[in-house]
Amino acid sequence: MRNRAASTYIVLRKEDKCTKCRACVEQCTYGVHSYNPAKNVIESKSWLCSNCLRCVEFCPTGALTITRNPNSYRMGHHWNHEAIMDVKRQAETGSALLEGMGCDGPNLTYWDRLLLNACQVTNPPIDPIREPIETRVILGRRPPRVELKPENRRLMLKNELAPYICAETPILLAAMSYGAVNLRVQEAMARAAIECGTYFNCGEGGLHPELRRYGSHIIVQVASGRFGVDIEYLNSGVAVEIKIGQGAKPGIGGHLPGEKVTEDIAMVRMIPKGTDALSPAPHHDVYSIEDLRQLIYALKEATEYKKPVAVKIAAVHNAAAIASGIARAGADIIVLDGVRGSTGAAPKAIRDNMGIPIELALAAVDRRLREEGIRSEVSIIASGGIRSGADVVKAIALGADAVYIGTAALIALGCTLCKMCYTGRCAWGIATTDAELSKRLNLEEGCRRVANLIKAWTMEIKEMMGAMGIDTIEALRGNRELLRGVGLTEGELRVLGIKVAGE
Amino acid sequence: MDWASRKNKFSSSNTLARQPANPQKIGTQCRGHHRRTRRSPDEITMFQHKDQRTASRICEKSISSCALFGLINLERRRVTCNEALRAISCMSERGNGLGAGFAGYGIYPHFTDAYALHVMYLDDKAKRKVEKVLMRDFQVLLGEEIPTRRARSTLHAPAFWRYFLEPARSKLQEEEASPDEYVVSRVMKINGEVEGAYILSSGKDVGVFKGVGFPRDLAEFFRLEEYRGYMWICHARFPTNTVGWWGGAHPFNLLDLSVAHNGELSSYDVNRRYLEMWGYKCVMHTDSEVISYALDLLLRRHAIPMDLALAVLAPPYWDEIDSMKCEDRDLLTALRRVYGELAMIGPFSIIAARHGEMIGFVDRKKLRPLVGGVRGEFFYLSSEESAIRLISPTLDNVVRPRAGEAVIARCEAPRAVAMLSTLNQKEV
Ligand code: SF4
Ligand code: SF4
Repeated sequence: MRNRAASTYIVLRKEDKCTKCRACVEQCTYGVHSYNPAKNVIESKSWLCSNCLRCVEFCPTGALTITRNPNSYRMGHHWNHEAIMDVKRQAETGSALLEGMGCDGPNLTYWDRLLLNACQVTNPPIDPIREPIETRVILGRRPPRVELKPENRRLMLKNELAPYICAETPILLAAMSYGAVNLRVQEAMARAAIECGTYFNCGEGGLHPELRRYGSHIIVQVASGRFGVDIEYLNSGVAVEIKIGQGAKPGIGGHLPGEKVTEDIAMVRMIPKGTDALSPAPHHDVYSIEDLRQLIYALKEATEYKKPVAVKIAAVHNAAAIASGIARAGADIIVLDGVRGSTGAAPKAIRDNMGIPIELALAAVDRRLREEGIRSEVSIIASGGIRSGADVVKAIALGADAVYIGTAALIALGCTLCKMCYTGRCAWGIATTDAELSKRLNLEEGCRRVANLIKAWTMEIKEMMGAMGIDTIEALRGNRELLRGVGLTEGELRVLGIKVAGE
Repeated sequence: MDWASRKNKFSSSNTLARQPANPQKIGTQCRGHHRRTRRSPDEITMFQHKDQRTASRICEKSISSCALFGLINLERRRVTCNEALRAISCMSERGNGLGAGFAGYGIYPHFTDAYALHVMYLDDKAKRKVEKVLMRDFQVLLGEEIPTRRARSTLHAPAFWRYFLEPARSKLQEEEASPDEYVVSRVMKINGEVEGAYILSSGKDVGVFKGVGFPRDLAEFFRLEEYRGYMWICHARFPTNTVGWWGGAHPFNLLDLSVAHNGELSSYDVNRRYLEMWGYKCVMHTDSEVISYALDLLLRRHAIPMDLALAVLAPPYWDEIDSMKCEDRDLLTALRRVYGELAMIGPFSIIAARHGEMIGFVDRKKLRPLVGGVRGEFFYLSSEESAIRLISPTLDNVVRPRAGEAVIARCEAPRAVAMLSTLNQKEV
């Protein structure tokens, strides 16, 4: 049975404008467009279209429009178009639905219900163009106090402080593995990180020898598959991140199908070419918090205690208790990934239903660590659904030291959020390792655009900090006084630790 | 009349002399006292009303602009607060009569070794609770109501008591705490847990007198002409909220550290949260309170020297730190990294005092005024030079701390007034 009647999108082509140049046929990676020589027309299979807009961008005459299909199933609130489509897709395939990117369900965005304070009269705002406003953040374990000793008639530090990394902006680039994205994407990210004085997380797929020269701005990840992990890898970045879970698919591992494991990826991941790269759901050496402690210290030993170790978890219901355990297990940085976090491929059911919004998880973790008096000893990086400089400011005010951005950085590279990443046929040359498709991405241009994005957000952050009369990130971190909520329930306000607007 | 000579007079009528005293007896006397000074019924209602309003404002910061004045005699010669009062009153534009206060150093020469607790009570119950704690944990050398007289705008004043105490020796040994630590823990406990009781000062040979009113009213009310001290810190307040809250006035004190502050801290919530992790309880609903706790944590508990403590409160910019030589850079990076949450961000000028030491410093953008003046053995700090010139038309030297800079005056050898920028000290 075909499900074409109500395909989500339809392709409209103005025949009088179309010159039959076939650009759309070449650009579309999902086989939507084809040329029919008999009739000399371009035909489009709308039901295959994901609205990635690649063809529209490349049509030289502007003949194409992609629009939502006015033929829709009878509109309901409960049985809406998406629900019906999903059932039909599953009835046809008999398998779990896969999708790329993050959960996009309604009512999960708290950023929009948080508002920021600004200075009026009693406290002069600061103009970021004329006065310094500092966005530098230091990530890593902090001792509870500074101890000094006199030496040569002056005071010196008594103990060397634990290793740390120092970013000039609180925006870091989130983990994207080689395999989920191609090498150009990784290189663009790494170079943008260097340009902005921040860091790129290379994800769980190892670090390509080509990229090791950017090591000074790379955080390497160790996930349950341990792909590409050896002593050289661990020491090639500035920090090591243990990935326990991610917001898009908490509690499950990963699966890179064998056909995507090219020779190059096989080499970097240290697996045979053409075999499935499976990340198990748990780390099979971490079944408890004590085990995690051992893994943290094994990695610290391997890196001679010169690099901070981060632990990334998905924001789940008891994230606060887990984070406290992680801090006590010796992690230097805790990464929280909210329900909106993105991925290359995840079962839709898990992506959309598991985990909690980062705003609530972050506030809860921050409060729990404060109550236990250990908040200032670890750093927190928040990720999952950060869309703007304002979201970054709000995340920091809720207690984050810094944020990871993934989706936003991909959008800067050209991603149109079509959610087809799981196919490996990304028309924009991003979520694909296909050699030809990868060429669609211009490295220089991509690097410039990601760097631009970080710079623009950093400027926005400075402007907002200035308006609040704050000139260091430290004075913003966890500053709930600066936040007010609108349209939130008592319970939500309590968890967020903020007052309602007007109070 | 000096306070010391007045002591005898009061001890007979209104004083609780309580060396190993009988708690029962003290309890009765406390109640007795309150019967004598009972307010009229409608005053009491007003008062309770105010109390309730205060309670509902917990954790809210009040914002204000202010006048500061400080005076120190570097030879530790004791003087009345008369000159300081004239000076602070001259900056009347900066206060609106909703708060003023004084901290006097060297005012209790007969009890130099005892902790002097100045306590403000909003009701009798609070007083009973506090005295129970004091009796249990301290040897109370003397407990009495702070002598006051009626003055303008002090109609609804709460009750003020002072106690001269030594930590109970057995308990002190049991807890293995230093006496200072012991006292601070009690102060925090009482301030945090006993509703309606606020410890305004807790140092040795130091006392804070403050409340709602103009400086002159408060000086009149507390009979300040009867005290002599070698250092006086004064403050007049222009709070932007209209609720007259006696505990919100400056200076704020903990042990012998007093702080008067002109400014607003945008970083208040961050500072407060950090200090709460170290056991400090912020109960005065005023952002300035955190400054005294931050200094206490750094100077006393973490043994950070004054210049570095100031570099925590008004941190040098990263650009400056990056261009320092190696060891300095490491040191300041460590300080910013560990104590980043103690950076006071927002416009401020602050006068801080400890025994034998008065420090003035400003925020790192210098958004509030502060000026210092030296004349002979006196050193003055003020929001406005006019106030200094009023009491000392000629000065040997005038100092104006620049953004992030501090000026410090010390009695102890080497006696000096010095300008302090991070890791750099220059005598003036
Ligand atoms: S790209 Fe545009 S002009 Fe070219 S064939 Fe497709 S629709 Fe026609
Ligand atoms: S990365 Fe490519 S496939 Fe994935 S959402 Fe973006 S444009 Fe679509």
